[in-house]
Amino acid sequence: MKKDNRIKINELKCVLPAKSINESFSRMLISAFITNLDPTIEEISDIKTAVSEAVTNCIVHAYANYPEKDKKIYINAQTYSDKLVVIKIKDKGVGIEDIHKAMQPMYSGSGSEERSGMGFSIMESFTDGLSVRSKVGKGTTITMKKYIGKDVTDE
Amino acid sequence: MEMTAITRQEKMIVFLSGEIDHHSAKDIRDGIDKIMIESKPKCMIINLAGIGFMDSSGLGLILGRYRRATELGIQLYISGADKNVLRILKMAGVDKIIKTVVTE
Repeated sequence: MKKDNRIKINELKCVLPAKSINESFSRMLISAFITNLDPTIEEISDIKTAVSEAVTNCIVHAYANYPEKDKKIYINAQTYSDKLVVIKIKDKGVGIEDIHKAMQPMYSGSGSEERSGMGFSIMESFTDGLSVRSKVGKGTTITMKKYIGKDVTDE
Repeated sequence: MEMTAITRQEKMIVFLSGEIDHHSAKDIRDGIDKIMIESKPKCMIINLAGIGFMDSSGLGLILGRYRRATELGIQLYISGADKNVLRILKMAGVDKIIKTVVTE
């Protein structure tokens, strides 16, 4: 289906404090939001994992040294008539200086914690499209796209 | 998140259940490290059969425990990973570093 005849079915906007307890909440929120597209268990799992990675990045990297009151995660999700899900996860944190480097597998910007550096690789391979926009000192926006029900022809 | 450890001969089996993300990883890490230091088993198996969700924080956790176990002279294995957990482990090549066992 071409973009022109794509109709938006539903939209979700949500602002959450960047607390680690919201990692599980945000992935549950998104999985509930996409339910009416009738996703498979695997598709739900993929989306939950990708969302979890993006939200964790906000907490671990974007807002690592920010005062509590400024730490907010902005989630926007949209579902479309052609079973497309678009999820945007935005922060107003530190930003990413070198996106290319940050996205390399096994690269971690966090030295203090046990991080695998696989976050972006997982977001990339568990969705059908990932874009990262970031400005140092302004924040980062992750946009992920996923088509529900496309795996049938793939496998 | 729940953690149960049982000893079978010289093997220590740690059963994890719940979800592994950045939020829960710290408690699991502390729990496993405590068992490793206090019990010093020759062999430890981390059973992931009860894990319903795991993201890259789980990779950091497992690779970190592998390093810790190696320092302490403990052989570390993983078991019970379901399809989704295994897929994430394979992405980072964890399955090549840490042996997965089918029978405990």
